[in-house]
Amino acid sequence: MMLDVSGLCAGYGQIPILTGIDLAVSPGGFVGVLGHNGMGKTTLLKALMGYLPATAGRVRFDGTDITHLPPASRAKLGLGYVPQGRDIFSSLSVHENLRMGCLLAKTDESTTIERVLSDFPRLTRLLDRPGGALSGGEQQLLALARCLCGSPKLILLDEPTEGIQPSIVDEIIETLHKLRQTQALTMILVEQDLHFIADLADTVLIIQKGTITREVTPQQISDPALIAEFVGMGP
Amino acid sequence: MALLGLILFNIINGIAVLVLISIGLAVIYGMMRIINLAHGEFLMLGAYATVLSTNAGVNLWVSILIVSPIVVGLFGLLVERCIIRFLYGRLIDTMLATWGLSLFMIGGITTLFGTTVEGVSAPLGAFNIGPYHASLYSVFSIAVAAAMLGGVWSVLRFTKFGLIVRATMQNPPMAAALGVAPNRIYMLTFALGAALTGLAGGVLAPVAGVAPGMGAAYIAKAFITVIGGGAAIVTGSGLASALFGTIDQIVTFQTTPVIGQVALLIAAIIMIRILPQGITGRFFRRSL
Repeated sequence: MMLDVSGLCAGYGQIPILTGIDLAVSPGGFVGVLGHNGMGKTTLLKALMGYLPATAGRVRFDGTDITHLPPASRAKLGLGYVPQGRDIFSSLSVHENLRMGCLLAKTDESTTIERVLSDFPRLTRLLDRPGGALSGGEQQLLALARCLCGSPKLILLDEPTEGIQPSIVDEIIETLHKLRQTQALTMILVEQDLHFIADLADTVLIIQKGTITREVTPQQISDPALIAEFVGMGP
Repeated sequence: MALLGLILFNIINGIAVLVLISIGLAVIYGMMRIINLAHGEFLMLGAYATVLSTNAGVNLWVSILIVSPIVVGLFGLLVERCIIRFLYGRLIDTMLATWGLSLFMIGGITTLFGTTVEGVSAPLGAFNIGPYHASLYSVFSIAVAAAMLGGVWSVLRFTKFGLIVRATMQNPPMAAALGVAPNRIYMLTFALGAALTGLAGGVLAPVAGVAPGMGAAYIAKAFITVIGGGAAIVTGSGLASALFGTIDQIVTFQTTPVIGQVALLIAAIIMIRILPQGITGRFFRRSL
């Protein structure tokens, strides 16, 4: 297993959010996590990245116990993170944002950036712009590209469609499909957009009140009745 | 004509002094948002490092350019590890802690070396602007101030360390997700700011009255310059120094140095009223 999570509990201060997460991702897998607002989707990714301390349970990544490692160490082991809200360095140029992504790259900076840009043609003409001047969709592409510069083994992708124009959502889906074909990407995707998650994920986990309550196939989540039952939200 | 030249030289010298006393604070307060009330004492420590090592037989230039920045840089490292790192994001606590540190440093230096110390005199002599004499050492301190501005700008603009620093100051958690250990960057940046302050203290030592309480004369002006400069720390501090230094020197020439200082403070108050985000909050926003 690439990632093996058992009984993970975490939260903010005294407030528990995750109450025993069990989850496994195999190499090359694409796991979608679907859930309502406030069910712990973002908290799950933050805990996996090491921003929130685990109060119980264990996290193994690529053979290493990372339960108590800080975020930078997890990143060095090959965990990539594309946060909700994108977190682009707004006063740094697009190119400088990508250079930050290259800190953990195995190849030299210009080679890496050239390679990544070939998958994100839209960013090429924006290289000199400050990151903060980009549209939400462009920032999302940049955040993904920045993450890919470090060639992470596993990418944690948090709600990439939030507040983004539909044309770029399609572009992101297309880019991710293409990347999966050309390189062995393993990914955990947290989403509320059913169409997006159904299009990309191999397996879909439903998260409710801080635990994974059910595993379904991407086909099943196009069934409105089932979704209404398990997630409490219609299509 | 010669008089004009002298005034111009004094203005440039006044600007250089502001740059010297504020560039370290620009890093520590401007970039890291740490209100370091011991900044004046960091300058004082730099001055003492130069005076004491010169009196102990070290070459003056070595004392100024090497001993002072290293001593204060290491001291800054110690302060960051022992005090500051526990207080990131806690503005009031940091102010209290650094205020305490400032009192501790004044007391410590007084206990160790007394209230006065045998100073070093400015080397290099004078040169003539027409019938007037001007200090060659001032030329040296102008050069150091320019080099410090240029150096900090170049590090931030061209080096990988500079890139990492800018990114980390903006968003530490995201930088961590890209493999940066934010604690280490904070530590190094604080030490860098302290070292710059130490260098400035060393440069000022031959021309300032070196005493334990000397920092009080600089700290307000340093903060005013950095706040007046705004978010782009190098461009901002440079421009604010130019503006305030010019006003100070012109008014000083027309009246007295005391009124010059008053004019500087009034100019600062008016400017902050007009440009609450500092000069680079409105102009040159994309600079460093």
